Amino acid sequence: MKAVSLPVAYIPLVDAAPLIAAQEIGFAEAEGLSLDLIAAPSWSSVRDMLAFGRVDAAHLLSPVPVAMALGLGGVTTAISAVSTISVNGDVIGVSRGIEARLRASGFSFDFADAAAAGRALAAACSDGLTVGVPFPFSMHAELLHYWIEATPLSQLRIDIRTVPPPLMAQALAAGDIDAFCVGEPWGSVAVETGVGALLLPGSAIWSFAPEKVLAVRTGWAETEPHLLGRLMRAVWRAGRWLADPDSRTAAAELLSRRTWLDVPSEVIDRGLSGRLTILPSGETREVPGFLEFHRGAATFPWRSHATWIARRIAARTGLDPNDAASAAARVFRSDLYREQLASLGADMPGASQKIEGSLSHPTAVASTSGRVILPPDRFFDGRIFDPSRE
Amino acid sequence: MTAPLTIVIVEEDRDRAGAIVDALKGTVACEVHVIGNTTGLARKIAAHQPDVVLIDIDNPTRDMLEELTLASGPLDRPVAMFVSSAAGGLARAAIEAGVSAYVVDGLRPERLKPVMDAAIARFQIMRQMRTELAETRRALEERKVIDRAKGLLMKARGIGEDEAYALLRRTAMDQGRRVAEVAEALVTAAGLLG
Repeated sequence: MKAVSLPVAYIPLVDAAPLIAAQEIGFAEAEGLSLDLIAAPSWSSVRDMLAFGRVDAAHLLSPVPVAMALGLGGVTTAISAVSTISVNGDVIGVSRGIEARLRASGFSFDFADAAAAGRALAAACSDGLTVGVPFPFSMHAELLHYWIEATPLSQLRIDIRTVPPPLMAQALAAGDIDAFCVGEPWGSVAVETGVGALLLPGSAIWSFAPEKVLAVRTGWAETEPHLLGRLMRAVWRAGRWLADPDSRTAAAELLSRRTWLDVPSEVIDRGLSGRLTILPSGETREVPGFLEFHRGAATFPWRSHATWIARRIAARTGLDPNDAASAAARVFRSDLYREQLASLGADMPGASQKIEGSLSHPTAVASTSGRVILPPDRFFDGRIFDPSRE
Repeated sequence: MTAPLTIVIVEEDRDRAGAIVDALKGTVACEVHVIGNTTGLARKIAAHQPDVVLIDIDNPTRDMLEELTLASGPLDRPVAMFVSSAAGGLARAAIEAGVSAYVVDGLRPERLKPVMDAAIARFQIMRQMRTELAETRRALEERKVIDRAKGLLMKARGIGEDEAYALLRRTAMDQGRRVAEVAEALVTAAGLLG
């Protein structure tokens, strides 16, 4: 049987690994699919290719389909996030000048305590900061805003600006930005080229943040349920393969190829392993759960993730938070996830939303097949988000 | 009589920008500004108060323009990509041609259409030229590799050029691969073996 070719847009990042592995390791082929992976030059073009039918599926920033459902950003085609591709994986980095000032103030670069890092950074940059993020609607922007609000950084003049990730290190070197929040490999590239130092992993702000989703047009999901199921199964199996420590070397080699990320495998391995070199002087830090593709029901599209994102965006853009939350809840399709992946034995939580921020250690919860262990999902300031009570 | 449209083009390459300006000016009454340097892009665009912003889809700095579409963005008039449903068919055509357009809300479809038609036609020509150039380069690269592979075979096996090429072609056919791929594998292997 000849495989069905499915056009899928993605941005060359470490967290596109499940799509790349689905195609290269044979999970797509096993489903009779051939993924025609189209590397996009920008997130807006990923969104537009998906919305206007150039591709049928996409690797997308989790807040993008939510923003579209809220009527923000100009393109409002109905998009469904059918599963989460990756959880966590962002890093916050600063220029060498700020690194030196932080060091002079006695800051330890523990790469873990977001409250302490916020205090130290605010003290070192009293005249304000310009921070680069990949896209206005991104987990990067959400984590930054959250961190800034809950630390003395809120007292500073902070300008958050969009900079395409491949240009982030360059913008930092040129002084266009003082800091960034970006996904791997771009944080490690900034360290490797000696222009920046890493301050925090995204997981230090929210320990289980949905980063990228597998997105399709809602209309396509309705007319092509079988194709969708094959795609979802292939990507889910690829995520499980990536979560196996034995796969890591092979995955880093694969992603490093010129066709994919074209970055040395040693640099890619840092994001995959969570063992990051944080300073150009070579110091490393280990971050458990730095980037998840599978563990702890990582691929489950929690409706509470969508409503958290929606309420945060609504508060910043002046939209009604309740309307925003109910529009967003329909975008993260835990219903389709259950329908399509039940047969695989995927971890299937009993509920489709949860109280975000309430788990400070791994916790067993009810699932359709018994129990599933959910990893910690804490916010660094201990706040709780209860989607049913907001 | 309506005021001429203000159009901003984001394009680093002067020749390409010039060609787009000419195409637009030949079609509609408009004032066109070109922005080449992308530092502080959104603010530079806002300074011109444009009705339409055109940018190459392959330009990675395009995400910087998304800030224009935010309520807190630098333009006081909201901007969207093809808000009007009448322009819906244009969106797909534009994406295929490789141009994205940001349009100020409320611009009438009949004023937008000629601009987009001209832009789409021009971007299509430029895209075609780029594809052809890339094809030519690739063909040239492949020919170089095939020539090197032929040379290696002639030396190793003591055969003539025609025979070396026939061998490459036969191997490619047997393996269901392209001649250039077989040649590249041979050149790589020879490099490894010294």
